[in-house]
Amino acid sequence: MSAIITVENLGKKYHLNHQKSSQSYIALRDVIAEKSSLLGQRMLRPFRRASLEGCPKQEEFWALKDVSFEVKQGERIGIIGRNGAGKSTLLKVLSRITEPTTGSVRIKGRVASLLEVGTGFHPELTGRENIFLNGAILGMGRAEIRKKFDEIVDFAEIEEFLDTPVKRYSSGMYVRLAFAVAAHLEPEILVVDEVLAVGDAQFQKKCLTKMDNVGREGRTVLFVSHNMGAVENLCARILLLDKGSLCQNSNEVRSVITRYLNWGSDKKYLPSSWNNTGNEYKHPVLQPIFFAVADEQGEPLTAAVLNDRPLHVLIRAVIGQLDPSLSVGFALYNEDSELLLWSLTTDGPENAWPKIEPGIVELRCALPQRFLNEGVYRLELNAGLHCTEWFIRPTYNSPAVYFEIRGGLSDSPYWMWARPGLLAPEWKWERTV
Amino acid sequence: MAEQHEIVIKPGMSVSHYWRDIWRYRELFFFLAWRDILVRYKQTVIGVAWSVLRPVMTMLVLTVVFSKIAKLPSNGVPYPIMVYAALLPWQFFANSLAESSSSLINNSNLLTKVYFPRMIMPAGTVIVSLVDFLISIAILFGIMAWYRYVPDIRMLFIPGFLALAFFASFGVGLWLSALNVKYRDFRYVVPFIVQFGLYISPVGFSSAIVPKEWRVYYFLNPMVGVIDGFRWAILGDAFPVYWPGFMLSTLLTIMIFIGGVMYFRNMERSFADVV
Repeated sequence: MSAIITVENLGKKYHLNHQKSSQSYIALRDVIAEKSSLLGQRMLRPFRRASLEGCPKQEEFWALKDVSFEVKQGERIGIIGRNGAGKSTLLKVLSRITEPTTGSVRIKGRVASLLEVGTGFHPELTGRENIFLNGAILGMGRAEIRKKFDEIVDFAEIEEFLDTPVKRYSSGMYVRLAFAVAAHLEPEILVVDEVLAVGDAQFQKKCLTKMDNVGREGRTVLFVSHNMGAVENLCARILLLDKGSLCQNSNEVRSVITRYLNWGSDKKYLPSSWNNTGNEYKHPVLQPIFFAVADEQGEPLTAAVLNDRPLHVLIRAVIGQLDPSLSVGFALYNEDSELLLWSLTTDGPENAWPKIEPGIVELRCALPQRFLNEGVYRLELNAGLHCTEWFIRPTYNSPAVYFEIRGGLSDSPYWMWARPGLLAPEWKWERTV
Repeated sequence: MAEQHEIVIKPGMSVSHYWRDIWRYRELFFFLAWRDILVRYKQTVIGVAWSVLRPVMTMLVLTVVFSKIAKLPSNGVPYPIMVYAALLPWQFFANSLAESSSSLINNSNLLTKVYFPRMIMPAGTVIVSLVDFLISIAILFGIMAWYRYVPDIRMLFIPGFLALAFFASFGVGLWLSALNVKYRDFRYVVPFIVQFGLYISPVGFSSAIVPKEWRVYYFLNPMVGVIDGFRWAILGDAFPVYWPGFMLSTLLTIMIFIGGVMYFRNMERSFADVV
């Protein structure tokens, strides 16, 4: 299929004003004052070039630089990047709100943006009037709105309040109505910018479902979000922006997200595995040789992980002699070095303990998914003879490995970000009465 | 609007597209004007009464001041009608100016979220003032009936003079709205223009009282031409149009309008970034 959006060498330059005043806008008064003081200086010293002190310093800033990509019809593209990477500027250029400085964009078809739903709602007008107004603002014709009017009202569930000014609506009704209008747009290209950050849970969910449907109907979706889970679920291709330039354009959504999450955290590199290089922790009963947090394949982690991915703690050790009271495990600490828990091979009933025999033994413990919160965690090795002797004691002499959890916290529409508390488990709730 | 069309976005988009876009966005234009009209009459407690009271009160005050106190001539026409005939275009002009100059700022949330040719924003507010104008003209007939004053066929010229008033209002409105986005303290200038303009325009008096040798210069205020036109159309030969001056006013109006369009188009590019 042919490209529906073609972006070539797109650039957008802004001037940053470093004015003496902290005002966000220019006042004519200041401009006149500056110009006349310049004029005054020139008259007093006609042969000297006007000093530059009076001029506000201007700094150029490229919000977008040399961005080129193509989007085919029906593709769902996620755009990610840090704050100020140029995502919103890109969307603004694509939806024609602002003009580019260089380059060009070709778009076939109508672009509708869900940049903040409810734009242009007027509180004094009734629901009915706002449907027409908002529809027109979003680019629908009058005939089109009339045709879909009943559907919109149905969807928003506001029949009784159709002729009430929206200022008397509950916030839920307001959002429902706003979304209903937006949802009934039929653009060829839908641009969504972080809508999930606003509105209530249901609305966020509706949004996601809607975008899913829109894509399935063969329409094109551009989705900007910080919510990696949503991007991963919805998008088949991903664009990663950094400082205004496009640095990834890939179908490998997962790996780009991983790379992005892993990126730029300026913390010093924290190892996720430990190898016994020398002859440390030598003991006739047990000598650890390897300790790591690994992914499903058993590879030590190289990046932050989503919380819904399996995590394994691996311990490899040489067992010299058998001792029935041998306990091996780890201690888990959070970023603030608070101890969260210990986990040992001997935690369960005796028949469930792993069988440990002389030779090289590898032990694995699966950390439950969706149990920890977002953050950096530290694992320390724990080994000894129960109540008798410590071989490796956490916080005293233990090797440590680290891992980081980012995102994937929950499928709940309410919890897109880190939850309060040390842990963020998902427990079952039932109604009993 | 649903037809498949290719849009090319480039720095300095071509002008031809712009006018085509205005046509394409005509429905949004009507909706925005319709919204402003609805809101205007819903929000104010006295609603429509407001647009009746304002011109009538102004007329009474001006009549008392200029006729009873200053004893200025009215060429045999009831003074209130003479004042009111001038108030029609003046109020239209003043309202349009006040509304359109702030239209872009007031709708900044739309400006930064949705694309449309920005010109429909100030244009919409002029349309709203036009509704007020129509209400005022209905009142004029009431006043004429009260004074048993019979207008003649020249009333048919009113739409022509109204068009002139429209271009003057819209032209100045374009200038002010664009300037207002860039220089936010410009909003303080607008009430001044409106207030000051009421006294330098021949609203409370006839332009004939201006000395002959200064008369042409008086028409450098484009509203003088418009007001004289209205007086002539409503009141007849008692207020002959001073044609050289009228042509000058018309010429200036056209220049202001064209200049306004050009300036607005030039500034428009940066609205979303500045607002």
